Amino acid sequence: MELQGKKVIALGERDGIQGESIGKVAKSAGAEVVLEVTHCFV
Amino acid sequence: MLRYYLDDLSTRRRAVRVLYLQAGMKRMTTGRVKISGARNFLAHTPGLVRYGSKPTREIEADPSAEAYILAGLRSYEQAAAYLPNVVYLGGIQPDEMWDIERPWFTNDGEHARRHPYGEMMPEDEFLGVMKMSDDFDILWLEEGFNDVVREKLVAHPYWAEEDLGRLEKGVSLDLIEGQLGPESGNIPLYLRGGRLVGVVNRAHDLDASLFADILLENLATKAAAVMATKTLLGDLKVAADSIPYILNCGEEAVGDRYQRGGGNLAKAIGELSGCTMATGSDVKAFCCGPNHAIAIGASLVYSGLFEQVLVVGGCSSAKLGMKYQGHLSSDMPIVEDVLAGSAILLEKQDGEGATIRLDSIGTHPVGAGSAQAKIMEELVSKPLAKLGLRFGDIDKYATEMHNPEVTEPSGSGNVPQLNYNLIAALAVRSGQIERSEMAAFAREHGMPGFSPTQGHIASAIPFLPHAIDGITKGDLKRVMFLAKGSLFLGRMTQLSDGLSFIIEGDG
Repeated sequence: MELQGKKVIALGERDGIQGESIGKVAKSAGAEVVLEVTHCFV
Repeated sequence: MLRYYLDDLSTRRRAVRVLYLQAGMKRMTTGRVKISGARNFLAHTPGLVRYGSKPTREIEADPSAEAYILAGLRSYEQAAAYLPNVVYLGGIQPDEMWDIERPWFTNDGEHARRHPYGEMMPEDEFLGVMKMSDDFDILWLEEGFNDVVREKLVAHPYWAEEDLGRLEKGVSLDLIEGQLGPESGNIPLYLRGGRLVGVVNRAHDLDASLFADILLENLATKAAAVMATKTLLGDLKVAADSIPYILNCGEEAVGDRYQRGGGNLAKAIGELSGCTMATGSDVKAFCCGPNHAIAIGASLVYSGLFEQVLVVGGCSSAKLGMKYQGHLSSDMPIVEDVLAGSAILLEKQDGEGATIRLDSIGTHPVGAGSAQAKIMEELVSKPLAKLGLRFGDIDKYATEMHNPEVTEPSGSGNVPQLNYNLIAALAVRSGQIERSEMAAFAREHGMPGFSPTQGHIASAIPFLPHAIDGITKGDLKRVMFLAKGSLFLGRMTQLSDGLSFIIEGDG
């Protein structure tokens, strides 16, 4: 997936991958992270 | 001579403390405290499912959702036969679930109310216990229903005749109906079949902390916590008035508009449980509140401040029907139809049973970061390394024990399995097992999730009664309990939290 120049919403999950981690990966691929959120689904 | 020895001992202790400080290390005690027992409690409350947070919001947005929800509710017999509930109450051990094919909800065969670690109370009796938990005439029960509930609770092993005076006489159905209506702010109480049996009245016209929905939640929490306490003390034959301190670790917020969440439900629980000599307080830490409370309670016992500490958590009524949409769209009944409670007794070690090792407590420091792997390192890898233990030296890891049949239909995954995979990955990274051994490690040292999604109740502690039994019988040597809390949900920090401890046999 090409993320360079794209806007990204990073939705993470507590027991999986946190939003912050997803955001860092997206930024490193050149994306602009417009929102990072971590949810707890339990 | 004795004085010289004490002087010398004191000097040596000071010297050791200086050495620790110079090394930048915090001194940890190597003491142990007995976990004398733990009991779980369930109440089957299908009539309250509509008042869970998610159903309430959906019904408000679309009133037709109510009929959809009501059509998906289970009978008591189905809920009591439901495998995860049977495991939670100790009817069978979690490992036996591996060999029982899913779906589990289709098994509605034999059922029992009581199991070795607790009971599943029917909804009518639980509404009665909620009424007995009410000191302010908030909850009214219809008089005929009240009489039936009284007859049933008379036969309950942990309620005495004099307690049942708290039920009073009940009120007429006309009076209850007169309290209802869209502008009343009061909440009708129905049984699963739709019969109106009571009302929860708001306690204030303007104070949102005393509105009926909050009071319903708090009364349910208090009632579940009292039932867990009575079950524990009754089963262990411990006199309630011998308990000096209670730590409540639930997720409720008891208070009024000037002290929202002011708390100390601990004393209210103690009062109704007959703990006349106890004082207490609440420990709040989202889902890892119970683990924090156990660590603090064990410290209070070890220090000698209190001979015993009771740790107790009531239910989370907000989570009733939380994932009902996933269940109903998967042709399942709504399996989030139970309220849970748990109680644990800590005492001085006596050479028998299970003990918590105070030197095993793993914490998640503020500066550790919130990445999942980092949290697990702090809670699992570091305590093991400090004690010179390997990952495989822990017979069982009790982590987030949520029943996957609740979470998977709505896309939330198998939460315990995610955690076991991560623990196994840490074992691989430390070179203690091969990557090819991860699945086998996760199965051997983990277990299927069996806890209702009741917030703090599902985090590690559901396995405490099983672990105490296993250690006492010699089937288990060492169990780690690790719980996590989602502090970020309250919007005051982006941090998570967690706390772990290890229990072993004494000696």
